Amino acid sequence: MPQFDPSTFASQLFWLAVCFVALYVLMARVALPRIAEVLEERSERIADDLERAASLKKEADAVVEQYEAALAKARAEAGAVIAQATQEIAEASSKQQAAFLAELTKKTDAAEARILKAKDEAKAQVRSIAVELAGDITTKLIGVAPAEEELAQSVDTELKGAA
Amino acid sequence: MAGPLEQFEIKPIVPIRVGDLDLSFTNSSLFMVIAVVVITTFLVTSMRGRALVPTRLQSMAEMSYEVIANMIRDNVGMDGRRYFPFVFSLFMFVLVGNLLGLIPGAFTFTSHIIVTFGLAAVIFIGTTVIGIARHGTHFLQLFFPPGAPLWTAIILVPVELVSYLSRPVSLSVRLFANMTVGHVILKVIAGFVALLGVFGVLPILGLVAITGLEFMIAIIQAYVFAILTCVYLHDALHLH
Repeated sequence: MPQFDPSTFASQLFWLAVCFVALYVLMARVALPRIAEVLEERSERIADDLERAASLKKEADAVVEQYEAALAKARAEAGAVIAQATQEIAEASSKQQAAFLAELTKKTDAAEARILKAKDEAKAQVRSIAVELAGDITTKLIGVAPAEEELAQSVDTELKGAA
Repeated sequence: MAGPLEQFEIKPIVPIRVGDLDLSFTNSSLFMVIAVVVITTFLVTSMRGRALVPTRLQSMAEMSYEVIANMIRDNVGMDGRRYFPFVFSLFMFVLVGNLLGLIPGAFTFTSHIIVTFGLAAVIFIGTTVIGIARHGTHFLQLFFPPGAPLWTAIILVPVELVSYLSRPVSLSVRLFANMTVGHVILKVIAGFVALLGVFGVLPILGLVAITGLEFMIAIIQAYVFAILTCVYLHDALHLH
């Protein structure tokens, strides 16, 4: 077996030492620091990003909270405004209704008064007409013009009986 | 048809002699140099983009870094960070050495006991020196834990001593044997392909399956080598 030929041992050990020392120096001085740097950079970057994400999330939460508070306030305000408006409208409408009713009553009263007056006037007219008519008819029928007072008296009596 | 052991032969490319020592640049040396170049090129070029979202190659480089970093953190502890470049170099060197060997015609330098033993010896001597430098005579607690009844020393000390001294042997033989046996099997089955003619299709299927298995073994053995180094480092730093 060539592995157990001692004549090659010196050469193998010598070149092993040369190559391994060279490799060690290359790894320790060149290759490994670069990898370590990149890995560190990445883990730092990731930590930074996570931190930033956390702070952004906190900010977003605060904004949402603010927004919700504003919304709640706006809702409350709107409710108050609506309630006030409703009350005002109700008040105004009840006032208007009362005023309208008062005017209506006034107008009705006035109209009734007018009607009564007209009725009275009409009644008075009816009486004078009746007296005149009775006078005329009597004159035509019997040719005698009755006394004005007598006519008025009998018409009054008739009117009273009719009433 | 070459024999199954011919693939392990060391062939000088540039003969170098220093005194009585033969330090020739061989096919083994060539593949060690290739491994160093491949590892360095892979790590440096893949990280050139320094992308925040890594490309495929970059994430492979980062993955190899993180596998070893986690291995050290879990098995050695925070004070193992100093040895990270060493364990990482060791892992990549063994891994790429194993994987390069799977290229047909390539030489597998990890299939030589002297190479794996050389690495294991560095680990063994290194961890022992670290342990003694850190704990002084307390390092001997590794062989006889304080609090154990004194008479058990007769059994405990030899057992612990043997298990400690066999570490470099088991570490090197494990890797060497796995690599050698895998390549021998591949070669032997490949020999059947030529012998069986048309029916050589059958061993080819087996060859494909075993090549897949060898890839797995190449990775697992590199991982085992690195993790055992971490365990030994942990013992040296924390004494059990």
